[in-house]
Amino acid sequence: MEWLAAPRWSPYIVGFGIGVLSWLAFLLSDKPIGCSTAFARTSGMIERAVRGRKVETKPYYRAFPPGVDWEWMLVLGIVIGSLVSSLLSRSFRFMWVPGLWAAAFGNTPAARMAVALFGGVCMGFGSRWAGGCTSGHGISGTLQLALSSWIASICFFAGGIATAFFIFRVLGG
Amino acid sequence: MLNRLHSRKKIQLVLGLVTGMMFGFLLQKGGATDYDVILGQLLLRDFTVVKIMLSAVVVGTLGVHLLRSLGLARLHPKPGSLGMSALGGLLFGVGFGTLGYCPGTVAGAVGNGYLDAILGGVVGILIGTGVFAALFPKMRRPVLQLGDFGETTIPQLLGVNPWVVVVPAAAGIAALLLWMHKAGI
Repeated sequence: MEWLAAPRWSPYIVGFGIGVLSWLAFLLSDKPIGCSTAFARTSGMIERAVRGRKVETKPYYRAFPPGVDWEWMLVLGIVIGSLVSSLLSRSFRFMWVPGLWAAAFGNTPAARMAVALFGGVCMGFGSRWAGGCTSGHGISGTLQLALSSWIASICFFAGGIATAFFIFRVLGG
Repeated sequence: MLNRLHSRKKIQLVLGLVTGMMFGFLLQKGGATDYDVILGQLLLRDFTVVKIMLSAVVVGTLGVHLLRSLGLARLHPKPGSLGMSALGGLLFGVGFGTLGYCPGTVAGAVGNGYLDAILGGVVGILIGTGVFAALFPKMRRPVLQLGDFGETTIPQLLGVNPWVVVVPAAAGIAALLLWMHKAGI
């Protein structure tokens, strides 16, 4: 069982596994794997807890009702699966600032947190605007050969590459 | 039998959890829960993320279309428009480059103990989705419906049997992966 404790698997093996997982999701649950809708539902649940049930009448929450569904459990499962994998390989650690960021911008947690928060807001807004994320469009949508997903995935990477180069070559260069 | 399984709500919640656990396990083993690996991809230095995604797409495309041809699965292509997919996609990309995780890998990064993922990423994504829900009615007509093409798939667009696209697409992506591997990328 040493392979379960290995810190890294080949990306091709990992990709193969995710591909097989997508078959199972379609077969057993009639669902494509996706993650960002779960965040929208959670946001709705938080807003409902603060502002009451009238939140459910918002047009967006009528389309995506706040609540726990298959996809919400999937996102919870990702946290658990990654925790188990990192514990098995002893790579679990509490970390404030990733290495690449620290090498360019220093080890101050506040700066990294502010940028991560900004990035999170853009990503949350952008994922709902595009109707999916790197899982829902990038893997599940492209494998269904959906036009929306191929366009969105190309734009995810175009925007991501441009932003990463701006941050690390222009600001951090 | 499958339809009955699909309608069993509690079983589906358990299946979602189990699917997610396997997904998270794989993402962590692949290194995709690491900021450095994702930024390495976006800076075009380390192609791990693209290798994972494209391998999954090759295997997934063939299998899911086979299940569909056997009558065991239905496709669920997402609707899209130029206003949604292109503009929303680019903003998502800005988030991808600054956060360094995506909505799936941020959950994996939380499981890995990364505090920028939970306090920055998860909190930020929840704020972003909440703001979108508030602005959605105003964006629907002028932006989201711009250049609408609905739930079209590429085979539908070309007016061909899905397999006419599935086989060359899977073969082409597999050839690209093989080339990348041989070229040492």
